[in-house]
Amino acid sequence: MPADKADCNANRLFAPVLQTTLVMRLLEHIGKYTLLILRCFSRPESLSVYYRRLIREMEVLGFNSIGIVAIISFFMGAVIAIQTALNTENPLFPPYLVGLAARDSIFLEFSSTMVALILAGKVGSSIASEIGTMRVTEQIDALEIMGVNPATYLILPKIIALMILAPFITVLSMVVGITGGWIGGTVSGVVSTADYIIGIRYAFIPYYITYSLVKSVVFAFIITSVSSYHGYYTRGGALEVGRSSTLAVVHSSVVILLFNLILTQLMLT
Amino acid sequence: MIEVRHINKSFEGEKVLEDVSVSFDQRKTNLIIGRSGSGKTVLLKCIVGLLEVDSGDILYSGDCFTTMNRKEKQNIRQRFGMLFQGAALFDSLTVEENIRFKLDLFTRMTAREKKDRVNFCLERVNLEGKNRLLPSELSGGMKKRVAIARAIVLNPRYLFCDEPNSGLDPQTAILIDKLISDITLEFNMTTVVNTHDLNSVMEIGEKVVYIHEGKIWWQGNREEILDTENRELNEFVFATRLVRQLRKLDDI
Ligand SMILES: Nc1ncnc2c1ncn2[C@@H]1O[C@H](COP(=O)(O)OP(=O)(O)OP(=O)(O)O)[C@@H](O)[C@H]1O
Ligand SMILES: [Mg+2]
Repeated sequence: MPADKADCNANRLFAPVLQTTLVMRLLEHIGKYTLLILRCFSRPESLSVYYRRLIREMEVLGFNSIGIVAIISFFMGAVIAIQTALNTENPLFPPYLVGLAARDSIFLEFSSTMVALILAGKVGSSIASEIGTMRVTEQIDALEIMGVNPATYLILPKIIALMILAPFITVLSMVVGITGGWIGGTVSGVVSTADYIIGIRYAFIPYYITYSLVKSVVFAFIITSVSSYHGYYTRGGALEVGRSSTLAVVHSSVVILLFNLILTQLMLT
Repeated sequence: MIEVRHINKSFEGEKVLEDVSVSFDQRKTNLIIGRSGSGKTVLLKCIVGLLEVDSGDILYSGDCFTTMNRKEKQNIRQRFGMLFQGAALFDSLTVEENIRFKLDLFTRMTAREKKDRVNFCLERVNLEGKNRLLPSELSGGMKKRVAIARAIVLNPRYLFCDEPNSGLDPQTAILIDKLISDITLEFNMTTVVNTHDLNSVMEIGEKVVYIHEGKIWWQGNREEILDTENRELNEFVFATRLVRQLRKLDDI
């Protein structure tokens, strides 16, 4: 339900272009999304309440995701090491190649982009269903009636929480992934510890870490804001909440991949 | 005092409210009655600004609400209390946190003062000691009462209730009606209640507005409603056999 002036303006502004062509639908989404995100950045009613919300969201969105990120990073690291070894058995390839390949794929893409996609699935769907449920049970209207800005109250802490924690999650994923590659490689006997260490130190460019961390922060913003958008504009009932949460995951994933391309172009070329 | 002046509202070309003008008095429980789908909820949501009206004005104590900007609306809304049809409690917060919500955001009370205020409100709705329960652990009637407690915690000037006693047994319903009309006097509020429950009308209807197909059809008080000549209102009031038989008894 269009709850306030900005939403109504958004609807009025974009209603005529609703004529179902895909581009128009996309533009409508982008317009409404932008207005909603702008609305988030208003002055909080009470700093202590927002601080508590921020801590709570950091726990829910960040700390509770560490387990799954660690497990997936470990096994992906191991598989990357073993696969590289198996595909480079020719003696012409140096033995440190395994460590090198593991390091570069984990640092450059896995720990930022793949982890972001995992988070989009875990965090994105939970954000969209939480906010969507609040919308269809009129809890968002209740906030509005109390004189609270629901966008700021609900969405802003989520965005900030994940943006703060994303770099840490990424670093964690890097460490665990490299460890996974080492354990996987040595246990299966495809690489020695010494060669692996030479590999991960060979021609190391520290900028790759910066690049990865910057990406992770951008992706954190995308996941939380896109999912909140889908939750916020849910209308209907439980069925639509489920639909919103699916859309949240799909759209955040697509946007992440798109921005991955853009950021790579900007930062690495 | 709330004044509604000539408001119109339609959804995708379908008119739901047509030239509605009505005023609600302070220190009175004002009732909006009408059949299901007549536009009661839409009218209430237009009054509080959850829905944007197509045309017309809404005035709170003389201040035009419709032309206010977001900040001004937010300010005046801090004096609102609203009870939604489904209670709309925040389901991740306990009963106490729900009631304390506005105190945390808008006051500088100490923890002790907040606690006292919460307990006072809980007592007022006969729910002492339920502080730590979650909304999912409450019955429907209890949820509504917690929602009332949450609505009155900051001494609102305007109270809006959307079907406060739908789905409740007659005794609990009367309890809630009484509560609403009592606190209206106690806190000097302007109260607007949506209902299609005739018991409520007879219990607390100091000013009754009958809305039919999006238009104001009749206004008056509870005494006048039984003697009205208005055909639609008669059909509405005397829809059940019970009421018809009571009228016969009355006539004899
Ligand atoms: N968001 C909306 N979009 C389109 N139509 C709507 C919307 N909200 C309400 N309506 C229409 O407005 C009319 C009045 O609805 P409303 O909810 O005000 O009824 P009501 O009087 O509150 O009924 P009830 O007593 O059953 O709650 C209905 O015909 C409904 O279909
Ligand atoms: Mg209704």
